[in-house]
This record gives sequence, structure tokens and C-alpha cells, in this order.
Amino acid sequence: MIIHSIFFYIFSIIAVFSAIMVTVSRNTVHSVFFLILDFITISCLFIMIGAEFIGMIMLIVYVGAVAVLFLFVVMMLNVSKQKNEWLGGAKNSNHIPIGLLISGVIFFELIIVVGGWKYKPDLLKTFSSIGIDLNTTNTHEIGKVLYTDYIHLFQLSGMVLLVAMIGAIVLTFRQREGIKRQSYFKQVSRERNESVELVDPKNNEGVKIDV
Amino acid sequence: MIENLNILITEIYKVFLLLIPILTAIAMIVWLDRRVWAFVQKRRGPNVVGPFGLFQSLADALKYIFKEIIIPASANKIIFILAPIVTMTLALISWAVIPFSEEIVLANINVGILYLFAVSSLGVYGIIMGGWASNSKYPFLGAIRSAAQMVSYEVSIGVIIINVLLCVGSLNLTDIVLAQENLWFIVPLFPMFVIFFISALAETNRPPFDLPEAEAELVAGYQTEYSGMMYAMFWLGEYANILLMCSMGSILFLGGWLSPIDLYPFTLVPAPLWLILKILLLFILFALVKAIVPRYRYDQLMKLGWKIFLPLSLTWVVLTASYLFYFNLLPVN
Repeated sequence: MIIHSIFFYIFSIIAVFSAIMVTVSRNTVHSVFFLILDFITISCLFIMIGAEFIGMIMLIVYVGAVAVLFLFVVMMLNVSKQKNEWLGGAKNSNHIPIGLLISGVIFFELIIVVGGWKYKPDLLKTFSSIGIDLNTTNTHEIGKVLYTDYIHLFQLSGMVLLVAMIGAIVLTFRQREGIKRQSYFKQVSRERNESVELVDPKNNEGVKIDV
Repeated sequence: MIENLNILITEIYKVFLLLIPILTAIAMIVWLDRRVWAFVQKRRGPNVVGPFGLFQSLADALKYIFKEIIIPASANKIIFILAPIVTMTLALISWAVIPFSEEIVLANINVGILYLFAVSSLGVYGIIMGGWASNSKYPFLGAIRSAAQMVSYEVSIGVIIINVLLCVGSLNLTDIVLAQENLWFIVPLFPMFVIFFISALAETNRPPFDLPEAEAELVAGYQTEYSGMMYAMFWLGEYANILLMCSMGSILFLGGWLSPIDLYPFTLVPAPLWLILKILLLFILFALVKAIVPRYRYDQLMKLGWKIFLPLSLTWVVLTASYLFYFNLLPVN
């Protein structure tokens, strides 16, 4: 148990430190890397409380996909220009009060939620009463409730993601004219008699080629 | 406290017992790759250092160790140094969950296949970090290409894994292998095996999908600025990833450590040897593909990933699920 708590404190210290560094570090790419470190330590914490499925999904979805896109966007920024604007240009920009306002609102919301939270007494001993069998893996348990009790919410969240995806595609899709597209079907199904033609060119007139 | 220390020492001992053969295997596999490549092209390949040129990789490694490491002046030093380390580490830690037989496995965790998938999806960071930190045009272009490519092909690999999981009903790698005792999954899921193989080629940046390092257009892509041991670490990490993909393929589709026929002469062969043989078979296929297929164009690569492989594997998920449901074959524990 001692080793368990030692690892818990190591991971939490790294998580808090990297979360602070995300906002403090002056290089945007460094902040994204700290964000990734934060995600990884959080998934380690999930694994430590026995929620290995959520921990792994966290790694796959957030670190493997979301953070890569973050990194993509941030790497395109002009970092050296950004660096000068960050604190030096803070006086004539109005994003700091808005940021403070939003973080204040989130902070109070968290206080309200956590303050009102009560754990059931002897939670671990009464696990069986809330229908969790400690002998099966938690992947099975999640599957059992996700596809029965919460099926509508689950499908609904899927729909939300689908709408977001279609929206993103519609926003970035543009039909350009005058470009040549490659069609494998056309290329493969070309035959000799429709692509090769024998002509008799007349002297001094040549052949008119229309493509 | 003493007990804990004992556990720690045995674990470290086990890790080294796994790590040293794998590092040796990587060196040998580089040699094998070059040999197969040479044989296809009617050359001799490396055959001078040691018997059959077996020590060529060791000689190369020695050469890399003694070369100077050059860090570009405008590079981001920390991330530049971190990138090859990340690549190499991620390529090695995923071996922890590979089962070599029913008993021989370092960490028999419940979500083994998810762990493998997660670690292989992290592999892209080594390349992005290397490309960005070099602070140079070609490495950056290579890194972006590679990241887009790996993210795209991960999707189809994930869907293929779902196919296998539907037939197994567990995320544990040992369970996945044991579920294939009667029939290897390559038989019912053959199209998925083909897609997995091609996606694995793209995921590990192997030819014909080696666009990130396309030497003709990008001067070796993300590793342009690297030299000496740091370059060698990128290179070794790449081969470790290839081996890992081969072992993943043999565990998911070729029955892992199981012998092909459960009869007398075959049962004498120790279980890990079967896994190694299957990995070697897949790797020789990898090497053959490198030798005979020309490089893809980038838009064709993306088209293949998103417009062909993703719909195909998703359809196959629906098919597998319906088939298992209709014939009441769904694994229920």
C-alpha cells in the first residue's frame, strides 16, 4: 500500500506541475507537450485506481489523436512572434480579463460540485449492492451498462460527434474548378480504339488536336 | 520493505531477459531486411562482416556510436534530443504485453490489446518532435506527412482490432491467442488480415508508404538533421516498431504461439519458437514488399486509407457482428 501511495503522489505531482506549465510556459509547442504529459499522468492515475479501460481510452483518444491535432495547429503558428506578444503585449490586449473571468466561473462551478459531493459510507464494501461484480474486468462492466441502461445517451453522443464531423467537412469542403482529378476507373477502363486514332495529315496543314 | 525490493529486482531481471533478446533481434532483423532486399534484386547484400554478414548490424552500430552528434544551432535542443529517445522507448515498452506462450509474458494485463494500440499511436510523437525541433523545412514537411499518415492508418487498424475482439470477447492478448485454438482468425477474417498488413506498412512508414522519408523529395524527412547515435536510435525504433507490428499481426490473426497442427512432431517445438517463426514470416513479407513495390503518391495514400480501408473494415465489423449474432456465436463470459 505504501508503494501505491508513493506512485500516486509522484503521478499527481507531475500532473499538477504539467497542468501549471501548460499555462505558464512561453513557447506554445512546449505547452502542448506539457498537456500531453498531463494526459499521460492522468491516465496512469486512472490505471492505478483500477480503471484500466478508461486509462487506455484516454491515451488513445486524447494523446493519440486530439493532442496530435493540437500539435499540428500550434506548430503552424509563428512561435517567435507569439513569444513576444504573450506577456509583453498583455497591456494593450483584452484577453487576460476574459480568461480570468472564465477560469473564475469554472473554479466556482467545481467548488459547488465538489462541495456538494458525498461518498456513500463504506463504498468499497458495498460494491456488490450497486451491481458491480469485482471478479469481471471493468471493460465488461462498462459494456454491460453502456449498451443497456445508457444506450440512448450513448447513441446521442455518437450523433453529436457525427454532426460535428459533418459540419467540419462542410465548412472546409470547396469545389474547385479547372483542376484535373484522377479517376482510377477511367484510367483502367481505357481501351485502344477510343484513345488511339490514325489520321492522314495533309501537307502544310497539320492535324487539329482537341483534348 | 525487503519483500518489495525482491519483487523489484525480479521484475528488473525479467525486463532485461525480455529486452536483450529483442535488441539483438532488431539488429538481426536489419540484416535480414537488407539480405532479402538484395536477393530480390539479384545482389549479394551484406555478406562480409562475420558469417553470412551476420555482424553487419553490430558493425554499423559501432560506427554510429563513434560518430559525432551534431545539434543544429537553431534547433530546440531539449525536444531535439528527446525525440529519438521517445521513439526508441515507445517502440520497446510495448513488448511488455506480448505473450510468448501461455506462461511467458511480462505483464498479462486485462487491456493488453488496447495498451499495444495506445503505445503504437504514441509513436507519432517521436517523429513530430524530431521534425519540429530540427527547425528546418524538410524535416518539418516530413513530420507533418508522417503524422497525417499514421493518424489515418491507425483508424483502420483500430477497426480491424474491433473485428478480432468481437470474435474473442476479451481484450487480453493471451485470451485472444487461446480463442484461436480451433481456427486461426486469418481464415474467417482474411480480408481484414490483408488490410491489417497494408496498414501496418503505412503505420511503420515502410515502403511503399515511406513518404515521410522520401529521399528524392524530402532528403530523408524528419531525420535529416540527425546524426550519429541519435539517427541510429530513430532507425532502431523504426525496426522495433516493425517487429512489434509483425508480432501483433501474428497474435491477432496467426494464432500467436499456437502450433499450426496439434500433432506429435509439431507439439515438440516450444511455444515461443512458433511465435518467432510467425513473426519472421510476416517480416520477410514486409521485406519483400519493400523490394518489389514502388512508392505511393501522397494523395493516393490518403485515399487508400480513408476511402477504401476505413469503409471496408467498418463494413466488415457489421458483417462479423451480424454473423456472430445470427448464429449465436457471440462470446459471452
